[in-house]
Amino acid sequence: MTERPPLPDGFVAVVKQDCPTCQLVEPVLVQLADAAELVAVVTQDDPSFPDLSTASSAPERTFDDDLAISYLWDIETVPTLLRIEDGEEVERIVGWDRQQWQDLTGLPDLGPDLPDWRPGCGSLSVDPMRADELAGRFSASGLRSRRVEFAELEDDFEAMWDRGWSDGLPLVPPTEGRVARMLAGTTRAPDEVVAVVPPDLVECTVEKVAVNAVMAGCLPEHLPVVLSALEAACTREFNMHGLLATTFFSGPILIVNGPIRQRIGMNSGVNALGQGNRANSTIGRALQLVVRNVGGGLPGGVDRATLGSPGKLGFCFAEDEEGSPFTPLSVDRGLEPGVDAVTLFAGHGPTSIIDQKSREPESLVRSFAAVLRTNAHPKLPLKIDAVLVISPEHGRIFREAGWGREQLMARLGELLLLDSDELVQGAGGIAEGIPEAFAGMQLPKFREGGLLVCHAGGGAGLFSAVLGGWVNGEEGSDPVTVPIGT
Amino acid sequence: MTTVLDPTGERQVAERALLDRPSSIEGKVVGLLDITKPRGDVFLDHLEQGLRRRGAADVVRFAKPTYTKPAPVDLRHEISTKCDLVIEALAD
Repeated sequence: MTERPPLPDGFVAVVKQDCPTCQLVEPVLVQLADAAELVAVVTQDDPSFPDLSTASSAPERTFDDDLAISYLWDIETVPTLLRIEDGEEVERIVGWDRQQWQDLTGLPDLGPDLPDWRPGCGSLSVDPMRADELAGRFSASGLRSRRVEFAELEDDFEAMWDRGWSDGLPLVPPTEGRVARMLAGTTRAPDEVVAVVPPDLVECTVEKVAVNAVMAGCLPEHLPVVLSALEAACTREFNMHGLLATTFFSGPILIVNGPIRQRIGMNSGVNALGQGNRANSTIGRALQLVVRNVGGGLPGGVDRATLGSPGKLGFCFAEDEEGSPFTPLSVDRGLEPGVDAVTLFAGHGPTSIIDQKSREPESLVRSFAAVLRTNAHPKLPLKIDAVLVISPEHGRIFREAGWGREQLMARLGELLLLDSDELVQGAGGIAEGIPEAFAGMQLPKFREGGLLVCHAGGGAGLFSAVLGGWVNGEEGSDPVTVPIGT
Repeated sequence: MTTVLDPTGERQVAERALLDRPSSIEGKVVGLLDITKPRGDVFLDHLEQGLRRRGAADVVRFAKPTYTKPAPVDLRHEISTKCDLVIEALAD
């Protein structure tokens, strides 16, 4: 915060000419000046107002044209009469109320010709047209990021592209005002370090996350999700460095659980994995912009993806917990029900599962297994995780048959136990596969905990989706679920 | 004129001068760092033979625990104390 401009000890009036009540009290201010009680007058809009030329003392006059005094002394109404002692406010009254003015100043017969009472007007510093700009200007002065001034003839959007800050789409200019408003979305201090961001291993503050969240198009209420996602991404388990550097397709996928989904307007319904919802589209993008701009992770630089995937612009969606036959993903991953949470999964996709014929869980789960078996490659077991996103119409088949998460996972586990003779190198005429030494056994397609299941999507469509993962475990990435902070 | 906040890490990159290139590997200890991608070891075996033929005093083999993460600090330290030169092998 900016330091408050000092005011002198005594009575100080804050007024604006464009306020009928301020004009009404003009003679009262002359009376106060005559009594040598009024030490200063602060005027918001017209430096010649009020006219104190007839008064016998000359109070200090300040034209508060940048509203610094009004904003930083929290003036909400004019006229405001402040009593200052040792530089601090000890009392204030607002508007015109003869009794209050007389009580505060100890002077009798103030404004004898005036009505007893008139309400004041709004201070220019709380004018809705200016309040945001002021909040930005004054609270942003504590922000530490380097200021970058675009030249008069530069187009703001082109200038940001030219500086290499963009993922290829337009960015919202991160002005002081916008960043300050973004920071109002979190209780955390701007200078708090959130994570050490790869690949350059840069300590990233809340402020830098906010700057990138503004550019991504986030609203302030999205910021806590971005902060928690960044913390999760930068853990050793998730291994954002390797995920960035890999030649593989994957990027960070964010799956959000808990009441925050509704509070910030996330989409878990129609087109949940697609475009069109601000929170879904911008939260994942903000995380990727932090990795790009703070961490220095650029495609063609440390990001060596052969093909990449469109989800690397940002891939974030919410689980439809309310319509789900299953316990929420975050609960399956160890958090309490009702806790806001974000799960990070190193993946890409979606791959489609069409099944419009099954009406029994046993048939449908076989369809799921048949597609899940092909995750990454039909002959590669254990090394690659996946998220199975079950749609409402498919979910209904499980619910109506009384299948919960446990039964679904148990059956998928049985169906995805693979005959390793079919998986070894050369089997099926395909060189890719596991070493010959593993022949003659049964191998699960997914490692323990390597298949995540959640529920999302629109109410129509007998389709579900597989989000394929990257190499898992110590060698690559483990999914990470964290509670979302404030 | 628009003023914005710098979204980058604002790092001051430390500039480090490259060491002089050795004129010969004669009598030098050469480290070979395998990043553990498939068949990287095959390539490194050939490289090791070639280095020994050309008079390297010794060839020391190292491996990263996984190709997806930076080499641990201890490993980097070990390489720097044991070798005059290091070759990091990338597969793919």
